[in-house]
Amino acid sequence: MRDITYAQAINEAMSEEMRLDKNLIFIGEDIGVYGGAFGVSKGMFEEFGPERVKDTPISEQVITGCAAGASMTGLKTIAEMMFSDFMTLAMDQLANQAAKNRFQFGGQGAVPMVLRAPGGSGTGAAEQHSQSLEAWVAHVPGLKVVIPSTPADAKGLLKASIRDNNPVVFLEQKLLYRQKGPVAEIGEDEIIPLGKADVKREGKDVTIITYGRMVPRSLKVAEDLAKEGIDVEVVDIRTLVPLDKEALIKSAKKTGKVLVVHEACQTGGFGGELVSVVVESDAFFYLDAPVKRLGGLDVPIPYNPNLEAQVVPTEEKITAAIKNLL
Amino acid sequence: MKLSKETHKELYLKMVQTRKFEETAARLFVEGKVHGTAHFCIGEEATGVGVCTSLEVEDYILQTHRGHNQGIGKNMDIKKMMAEFLGKETGYCKGKGGCMHIADFSVGSLGANGIVGGGIPLATGAALKQQYNKEDNITVVFFGDGATNEGSFHESLNLAATWKLPVLFVCTNNYYGMSTSTKKSMAIDDISIRAEGYGMKGIALDGNDVVNIYEETIKAKKYILENGPMLMVLNTYRWMGHSKSDAQIYRTKEEVAEWKEKCPIKRHRDFILKNKVMTEAELEAIEAQAAQDIKDAVAFAESSPEPKIENIFDDVYAD
Repeated sequence: MRDITYAQAINEAMSEEMRLDKNLIFIGEDIGVYGGAFGVSKGMFEEFGPERVKDTPISEQVITGCAAGASMTGLKTIAEMMFSDFMTLAMDQLANQAAKNRFQFGGQGAVPMVLRAPGGSGTGAAEQHSQSLEAWVAHVPGLKVVIPSTPADAKGLLKASIRDNNPVVFLEQKLLYRQKGPVAEIGEDEIIPLGKADVKREGKDVTIITYGRMVPRSLKVAEDLAKEGIDVEVVDIRTLVPLDKEALIKSAKKTGKVLVVHEACQTGGFGGELVSVVVESDAFFYLDAPVKRLGGLDVPIPYNPNLEAQVVPTEEKITAAIKNLL
Repeated sequence: MKLSKETHKELYLKMVQTRKFEETAARLFVEGKVHGTAHFCIGEEATGVGVCTSLEVEDYILQTHRGHNQGIGKNMDIKKMMAEFLGKETGYCKGKGGCMHIADFSVGSLGANGIVGGGIPLATGAALKQQYNKEDNITVVFFGDGATNEGSFHESLNLAATWKLPVLFVCTNNYYGMSTSTKKSMAIDDISIRAEGYGMKGIALDGNDVVNIYEETIKAKKYILENGPMLMVLNTYRWMGHSKSDAQIYRTKEEVAEWKEKCPIKRHRDFILKNKVMTEAELEAIEAQAAQDIKDAVAFAESSPEPKIENIFDDVYAD
């Protein structure tokens, strides 16, 4: 174990898999010599060369379609969207082509590709570069959707995503790129299977179900509340599709009180799905309070840093929501 | 290039099969045996048949929603096509795709597409795989005139030209995007000039001349493997409406009649007789075989089981 950043963990996952599989290629905007807009792919062009690390024109639709077409025919591909907001430009290829390919052709083919896309606010990038669009893609059968919250999860889940035989949307968190955490040594090949939630903190009084950047924030709140004698359990779902429903239900039964937290706009957000999983299950009979959601405000992400910070769940808002449940 | 008698026979058979397949499909609609919709390529048979017959199994094609000629050209199984059209378990897509999504990976068809221009980006990926593996094969993607106004066309041609991908972009220009004439949707007459803007070779051909299309595709493949992608525009005409619900009030009967005079099947038939490639009797035998093939396909499809709802989750995800 050593501490590396979330960005470095992603780089290691891609690099290790590319060393193992000569049929794996990586395409996207400015991923080559530049090393990626967030520096995630630094050194990969030098190691794997222009045949396998391919800079593309600014053409998100064909980046996604090219990856899908190559994956349909025998390669494996990682495609990078510079910002997850740009999935809007690639939606036909992602949702109509890659996602439906296998089903609509009666199982003839498969599309083993990963679309990596950084999302989330907090960088001052404003409305068109700060969204959390996971609910859009989680709504399309045929896609898998992953959002890691730690460097170790990022590495293990990305390796699993690359080895998966389906199109996986891997939503990275921009604000976590520089966060460090313990990760297994290079080459130890630690895989985290998709569809397994992780209890990031055990607690007995109340459960926070969350993912992505809201995981470290929820853990901070939990540590602060522990000083007041409130014992919070934090469940990181890690993958939205497939979803580890059992883990949510188990935690809800244990604490009897559930708060769902995510950064994305609350209305139509994935939180509604998480609440439903709990209340539709037999965990309902264990609940001591209504299951609550805390999502982002239903507004575009604004530019001003004070405004930007206030439109997503803050530590204060999460703390208040927890206290309201008790 | 002089085509062999066998090649003429194959081209003629496939065009007649396509025509009869679609005439039969249209009849099945009237009889209420099919639900959903279909898009017929009657009048355009020479395009898909001419291009695909010249290809090898290792060459990929990506088809359009109006692509029965492309599939039959690439040697797809007509029985499985008809079964899919009828939504049966034995169809190419187990009844889940319908005729807008027919595919046969085993003959190199990576599938038909219901999204106008949707297959064009995928073609760059298939061609990238061929380039990466240094294969001597190409990817052919079909799309209509309407698709050349989509962003997917622009992004894909630019990428393919820049990376010198082995793609043959085939535009079957039938002059209408549903009801909208190309005169109302673009300010040029010759779609092939769009290639130049990407630094790509573009050619425009008579889309009803199956012999010439076959020959030009062979030349195009050689060119592409040496130089990079190419745009081939095949000017043709759709005799039927856009889909089964089209009343065709946007064009004149005279215009349709004029194009029917240019029937690609009749044209090939006349060529064969004039050049004494085959006799009238031989041609009639091919026509009889095509009719029988379609009859057998309908019988196969009609006697095939319906798909079961128990299997509905199959193939949403691969293992």
